[in-house]
Amino acid sequence: MSLSSPEDAHTSLLSDAWIDIALIGNPNTGKTSIFNALTGLRHKIGNYPGVTVERKSGMISGSDRLRIRLHDLPGLYSLNPKSLDERIAKEALIGVSPDQPPIRLVVVVADASNLSRNLYLVTQVIDLGLPVVAALNMMDDARASGLHIDTKTLSARLNVPVVPVIASRAEGIDHLRKTICAVLENPLPREEGTLRIDEALKNDLKPLTGWLSEYTSLAPSAQTAEALRIASSDLAGDAWMQGAHTAACKNDLQTQTREVRARLEERHIAWRMLEATLRYRQIDELYAATVHETPMEVQRLHVRLDRVLTHRIAGPAIVLLVFALIFQTIFSWAEAPMTVIETGVGDLNHHVARLIPEGTLQSLTTDGVITGVGAVVVFLPQILFLFFFLALLEDTGYLARIAFLMDRLMRSIGLSGRAVIPLLSSFACAIPGVMATRTISNWRDRLITIMIAPLMSCSARLPVYILMIGTFIPDTPVLGVFSLPGLTLLAMYLIGMSIAVLAALVLNRLFMRNMPSDTFIIELPPYRRPSLKWILLQMYERAKVFVSDAGRIIVAISIVLWFLASYPRPTSEDPPGERIAQSYAGQVGHAIEPIIAPLGFDWKLGIGLITSFAAREVMVSTLATIYNVEDGNEESVDLRTALRNEINPATGAPQYTPLVAVSLMVFFVLACQCMATVAIVGRETNSWRWPVVMIVYMTGLAYLGSLVVFQGGRMIGWG
Amino acid sequence: MIPLDQLNPGDKAIIRSIGGTTAEEAHLMEMGLLPGTPVEFVKRAPLGDPIELRVRRYHLSIRCAEAHRILVDKT
Repeated sequence: MSLSSPEDAHTSLLSDAWIDIALIGNPNTGKTSIFNALTGLRHKIGNYPGVTVERKSGMISGSDRLRIRLHDLPGLYSLNPKSLDERIAKEALIGVSPDQPPIRLVVVVADASNLSRNLYLVTQVIDLGLPVVAALNMMDDARASGLHIDTKTLSARLNVPVVPVIASRAEGIDHLRKTICAVLENPLPREEGTLRIDEALKNDLKPLTGWLSEYTSLAPSAQTAEALRIASSDLAGDAWMQGAHTAACKNDLQTQTREVRARLEERHIAWRMLEATLRYRQIDELYAATVHETPMEVQRLHVRLDRVLTHRIAGPAIVLLVFALIFQTIFSWAEAPMTVIETGVGDLNHHVARLIPEGTLQSLTTDGVITGVGAVVVFLPQILFLFFFLALLEDTGYLARIAFLMDRLMRSIGLSGRAVIPLLSSFACAIPGVMATRTISNWRDRLITIMIAPLMSCSARLPVYILMIGTFIPDTPVLGVFSLPGLTLLAMYLIGMSIAVLAALVLNRLFMRNMPSDTFIIELPPYRRPSLKWILLQMYERAKVFVSDAGRIIVAISIVLWFLASYPRPTSEDPPGERIAQSYAGQVGHAIEPIIAPLGFDWKLGIGLITSFAAREVMVSTLATIYNVEDGNEESVDLRTALRNEINPATGAPQYTPLVAVSLMVFFVLACQCMATVAIVGRETNSWRWPVVMIVYMTGLAYLGSLVVFQGGRMIGWG
Repeated sequence: MIPLDQLNPGDKAIIRSIGGTTAEEAHLMEMGLLPGTPVEFVKRAPLGDPIELRVRRYHLSIRCAEAHRILVDKT
């Protein structure tokens, strides 16, 4: 027998080809836990082509006879395409995109303790006509809150297998896996969907079912439900319009939609959201027939916890405490492992330098590759720490409360409550901050947050601030308790924050008007005990995404920067300062001098601006190299003296003044001097457009800011 | 009938109508808020907005602006 025989469906199931199935469900139903329990750690994370929605797939372990690949779809409440997530999920299920594999079965996860709302998506998915297995998760929570669910009746009424599961304890997973295999090997034909639509309504919908069968590849069994959806809400029709290829097809859809709505109006049926009305009417019936509620006292612990955590005064105070803890962790606790990594990279460079003879290869290996890899690894402590907290907050249900508490405040700058943690984290480092924006469900809010996150003064700017303030700002007391250096540092943080607020407002007004704004309708899930395994997995996944996706770009840029700083190959007799001055980086520094002169910068600072694209603090070591200062760091007395003594060859006056120092600091507050940020923004927005926009707008702001400071300062006679 | 945002913490009511933009209306109805659905006003956030509701055995938060377009009958 031929393995590839198209006639024999059963045979092709057993062939080498992958069987693709999908996992779908509401948010907060433990969908991810079920995905992990079914696939183990063998999964891949990527993005859907052209969009930011993350795509995760893995092989189902323990199914010897079938090679099943499970695709995790975004968490959503409905297949009516209001958001990108919903559109992607629906398109993956109905298979409109040729570069995605056809889905042969859908596992739909429902929260047993909250069945009525969950059944909405469950019935929508069943009505698509694909084979379905329903996993009823959190059966323990349901029982504890006094619910008894008759899964047999539910299964019979829905006409799909219903498997009770407790994913947090891996209970029922085996049963789920076996049910999936059984249904794949022996799919039950299903003529009717769950939605009972009478003949009169079916007749009213005919113009739209006709359109669907003519222009789309939607299965006939799914056409009635889809027609109802298009008639009920413009959102469903709009999504089909976007995919429509010809004007005739579009016009026809509009005509048929109007026709259906007119027919419904004639019979005095309100067509607006008719799908939701009909579906919930039938869900309420089904719920009454299958779920028995024992009147019980509401979960005491939940109520007591919530009373404190969202209390008028205690609530915000606790949020502040949590923020302080997170900030402290990624700002200072991550310092120790980061120092270990940096020292390790230094030692490794030293070691390798002894193995490879001096020359291009040695320099490329140590200063290019190893330094580049080190620049990737050094971010891991902060990423791991932040995602530990983020996963913990999300898993316990507290993250939604933070959004609830902070929403009003964040809305004043056009963002929602969910933007708080990413922005706060960015004070330590924009990399984990940008990665944390994935908890913001609305794409517009997420994009604005990503775009302003690098304006928060991160820890890599501190060495530059400290060098400049320590060298040029006199330690004068101000009003007795403050000092001028301290206030200058504070001013840098404040400048970044105020410009970020302005940038958010401008981005909102100018560029994002056409994007749908956030409706902020969010579920507040019950407080749950966190799972350490899930938290560790989240940390592992984020670290992996960063290293594999952003890491490659960072290493590549490091090598380019190494090349610029070490070529053309100098004679080894020259001191390092002379070598870098003659390198391509030095030449570029000279070349841009006329452009940066109005900011008060000479070509030496110009070299620093180029090399510090590797990381902002590289500015300090570059200046140390230029001035031939051994072991120069931001506290180095030699480097500070060298900077103070630098003479402007044209005027004979000091080259660097306090005004130049302030101008340079303002430039560093505002400029996007960080290749890792650019790389991660590229990864998270899944495009080159946004990182380019970011570099352009931030560099523009930085130039303007420094120009105003330097020229303004000179005008009022300072410096 | 009064707008939902004018209820007090602890009040129970029955939803009579849902308003708002097409997307808002769709979102709310798909989350199970339909005419005839019982709803409980749980609390307000510390700054008065958004609000927390209990509906169909789960908790949900919406902004006052959206709640204002939902009309209810207090029970």
